[in-house]
Amino acid sequence: MIIQTKSDITPSEITPKEVVDDRRKFLQQAGFGVLAGAAGLLNMPVNAAVTSKISSPIKTQGSLLKLPYFSKTSYGTGEKLTSYEDITNYNNYYEFGTAKDEPAVHAKLFKPVPWTVSIEGQVRKNKTIGIDDILKLAPLEERIYRMRCVEGWSMVIPWVGFPLAQLIKWAEPTANAKYVEFVSLADSQQMPGTNLPILDWPYVEGLRMDEAMNPLTIMAVGLYGECLPNQNGAPMRLVVPWKYGFKGAKAIVKIRFTEKMPVTTWMKAGPSEYGFYANVNPQVDHPRWTQSSEKRIGAGLFAGRIKTQMFNGYTEQVGQMYAGMDLRKYF
Amino acid sequence: MLAWIYESTFNHTSMRRFISKVPSKKYIAALKVVLFLLCLLPLCRLVWLAINDDLSANPIEFIERSTGFWSLFILLATLSLSPIRLLTGRAWQLQFRRMLGLFVFFYACLHIMSYVWLDYSFNWADIVKDIVKHPYVLVGASAFILTVPLAITSSNFMIKLLRERWKQLHKIVYLIAILGTVHFLWLVKKDIREPLFYMVVLALLLGIRLYYKVRNLKHKIT
Repeated sequence: MIIQTKSDITPSEITPKEVVDDRRKFLQQAGFGVLAGAAGLLNMPVNAAVTSKISSPIKTQGSLLKLPYFSKTSYGTGEKLTSYEDITNYNNYYEFGTAKDEPAVHAKLFKPVPWTVSIEGQVRKNKTIGIDDILKLAPLEERIYRMRCVEGWSMVIPWVGFPLAQLIKWAEPTANAKYVEFVSLADSQQMPGTNLPILDWPYVEGLRMDEAMNPLTIMAVGLYGECLPNQNGAPMRLVVPWKYGFKGAKAIVKIRFTEKMPVTTWMKAGPSEYGFYANVNPQVDHPRWTQSSEKRIGAGLFAGRIKTQMFNGYTEQVGQMYAGMDLRKYF
Repeated sequence: MLAWIYESTFNHTSMRRFISKVPSKKYIAALKVVLFLLCLLPLCRLVWLAINDDLSANPIEFIERSTGFWSLFILLATLSLSPIRLLTGRAWQLQFRRMLGLFVFFYACLHIMSYVWLDYSFNWADIVKDIVKHPYVLVGASAFILTVPLAITSSNFMIKLLRERWKQLHKIVYLIAILGTVHFLWLVKKDIREPLFYMVVLALLLGIRLYYKVRNLKHKIT
């Protein structure tokens, strides 16, 4: 169970000014999601010193820049964390290949800086925002969330991010905005997987407005206290812990507010298999995989399966949003 | 076109003489040992990776995939021995059929064991639910069940005992192969290139048989 504690003071209020200034400097210098100091270098022809570093995929903790300022939260305490190695080497990120170990390899040269996100649709004004400015919208927090993949496995991941609600407030959606659509980057130069017609690129995901505003929904920019590795969706990805993992769009370049329900990539790919809501639900089975139980990554060969919880165990925080809905129909 | 390729390569007299040379018994026995050891390699690899804790983040799925893949791969290898005979006239390789077939069964057993034991911890209620509800599991389970009678009747004694019916019974192998590739195709989420490749290989192997069957029938009629 998750015990959510509320604090009246946001961490930004208690952060001393020089630290805030420092953070600004850090963000300017560091860029994002890249090896220490390599952010600038990656834009130049790759020299020998850098090559030796980037020739192997980022597997070990400590190879990416540490995020200097984020507050710990009580989310997910008591859960055993999945190892950094497993989280960064077992990825579903088809833009970098369909095998689980491919993203770690193929994303190593991906450039998550500079990065801009465009805000469109039912908003007061279309605008764009750079990743540096996004990071200044709200103080960063660590959120330890369970992640349940539709394929029947799960992890416990210590994300660092900020509530999506903060970004939405800044975007100023109009009253017509009923849904939010997230579009991922599909750069055939950097993402070899997008050259194959396996999915309808770019990857599109969506949330209902109340789901997007829910305090549990975050934009993650870090992992294990460090910048988000490329294979996990750098520089910024969506994390919606009560939904199956594929809802978490990675490397987001566009956020569009819409009146109508967006048609997501997986809905197009298999309408009978993947619904818009995709809430973790042990009672609604998938045509391929058992959804009543799951394998926890890192538990070992003989650990067996664990029971999957309704809304991945977050019913208390999100259950009321679906009151009266037939979740068998709206899967 | 295919007939032309066949005529100009395999059916050429000098080629024919070269490939139809029957190797000595000793040579075949040695080849059998080599093949036996080769077939054990995928298992050795799994054991090695397990000892070194290198079976990926999802070791259970890794073992399931690996044993399933090798079972299907060796099955296709087994099914290629007859087409080689049809195309080249060479027949001595048919002596490897039983051993390869039993390796198909061996890896299929490991595959089922990893599913029943590692994946589902002998939770039979969940296993039955999984089989009934998910078409790809049902297809795979059917394929496995069909391999059992073939493995049981693989001895010389059973061949003698069943005679013509043995031949009939072992035609099931074609159905097993079709079910196996469908099982692979249906379990893949979206990137179906690999299972499709093995389906094409199977279609070729069965197609060659069919071609010769039809040709022989025509010869009989005329």
